[in-house]
Amino acid sequence: MNIHTPVKPQDIERMKAGDIVYFSGVIYTGRDAAHKRMTEALSRGETLPIDFNGQVIYYVGPTPAKTGRPIGSCGPTSSYRMDSYSSTLMDIGLKVMIGKGDRSDDFIHDMIEKKGVYLQAVGGAGALLSRKVKQSTVVLYPDLGSEAIYKLVVEDFPAIVTYDIHGGNLITDEVKKYQTISVK
Amino acid sequence: MRNVEMSLITKTVKELAIDANCNIGKSFIDRLRDALKKEKSEIGKNVIEQIIENDIIAMDSNEPMCQDTGMVVVFVELGYDVHLEGDLYDAINEGIRQAYKEGLLRNSVAKHPITRGNTNDNTPGVIHVKLVPGNQIKITLAPKGGGSENMSLVKMLIPSDGIEGIKKLVLHTIFYAGGKPCPPLVVGVGIGGNLEKSALIAKEAIMRDLADESPDPVLAKLEKELLDEINQLGVGPMGFGGTTTALAVKINAYPCHIASLPVAVNLQCHASRHKERTI
Repeated sequence: MNIHTPVKPQDIERMKAGDIVYFSGVIYTGRDAAHKRMTEALSRGETLPIDFNGQVIYYVGPTPAKTGRPIGSCGPTSSYRMDSYSSTLMDIGLKVMIGKGDRSDDFIHDMIEKKGVYLQAVGGAGALLSRKVKQSTVVLYPDLGSEAIYKLVVEDFPAIVTYDIHGGNLITDEVKKYQTISVK
Repeated sequence: MRNVEMSLITKTVKELAIDANCNIGKSFIDRLRDALKKEKSEIGKNVIEQIIENDIIAMDSNEPMCQDTGMVVVFVELGYDVHLEGDLYDAINEGIRQAYKEGLLRNSVAKHPITRGNTNDNTPGVIHVKLVPGNQIKITLAPKGGGSENMSLVKMLIPSDGIEGIKKLVLHTIFYAGGKPCPPLVVGVGIGGNLEKSALIAKEAIMRDLADESPDPVLAKLEKELLDEINQLGVGPMGFGGTTTALAVKINAYPCHIASLPVAVNLQCHASRHKERTI
């Protein structure tokens, strides 16, 4: 399925766990340090210079770009470290989060309530994913280096729907199909 | 006695760090291709295909395969008959500094574990030195990513826990880590020693050649059984479900206290990066 950003409510509605989605348009990067700063600024009552309405955050800290390329290696980082910050960002309109790994039950509950969606890109596929990024500009917190917020223009950036608003959960559903040994 | 200039150490570390980050090696890709043939999940197959394509792009373009270019772990086997003409640790860190700047690798080292910040040159590395006979120096270098290291652990089991306790710990660790350590994994297990020794031999285990097996028959059997059981957990490539959760299990052991059974599980993501050179 192809989706152009910013996403519309009907896009969120049709994304189902297990779907492979190709994003095109603008997405924003952000990881631990930037999330901490953004949520602290919001809790002080400040506004952010980025309009997150219908937007996508991709959890990544890229390597420096080679001359002539927009970005270096840029695979996803683990999402669970952003769990405590996500609710605040969904309150200002954030809809789509892309990272890797599972997330807390509290996050999933908030995400469904706030009509967001969580997808995973393939962790460690940083060189491949860098080929999907056409432009990259630092838009906030440049002092954070690779942890700064970058505005990326992407084309057919692949990610797989992991938790959807209908309660679909790729991780538990798929793992169950192939699990033949108990861990108890 | 052989004199070794520090510039040789720096140059070697720099070259190994860049090479390790960009070139995973043909044997690892072959292992992924074998796994692709056996994987039962369609999503799992798609993930392995993306990983293979990624690793080939990285090798061909000499770019890092993963944006997490790691904190650098360096094992040095230093011959007794070598005279170093300077500070070994400084020379290694200078090699790391040069590699991360010139190789356009990400600086991934926080200055302080609590106040954070970034050292901005990816130093210091974690350096382990062992004295060995001879007049040569063997350097093994691994850029170790945070995702898989965060899911690793040491647990002090007791002797009565035995093999079943060890297996349970390994399976539990991998199942609950899910996709976070970026499977398919290479699983390093250190059994015995004490708290820090078990962790160290587990790290050494993931430096072993992908194709080898433990020369100790008890450990070789356990490596095989654990690999089979890990791949029955269902976690699959990147935790998306499937039959390929680990590509290899490597176990190292060491004598331990009569009261103890320390077990370390050090997970290595599919960007299994380590290079070695003897100078």
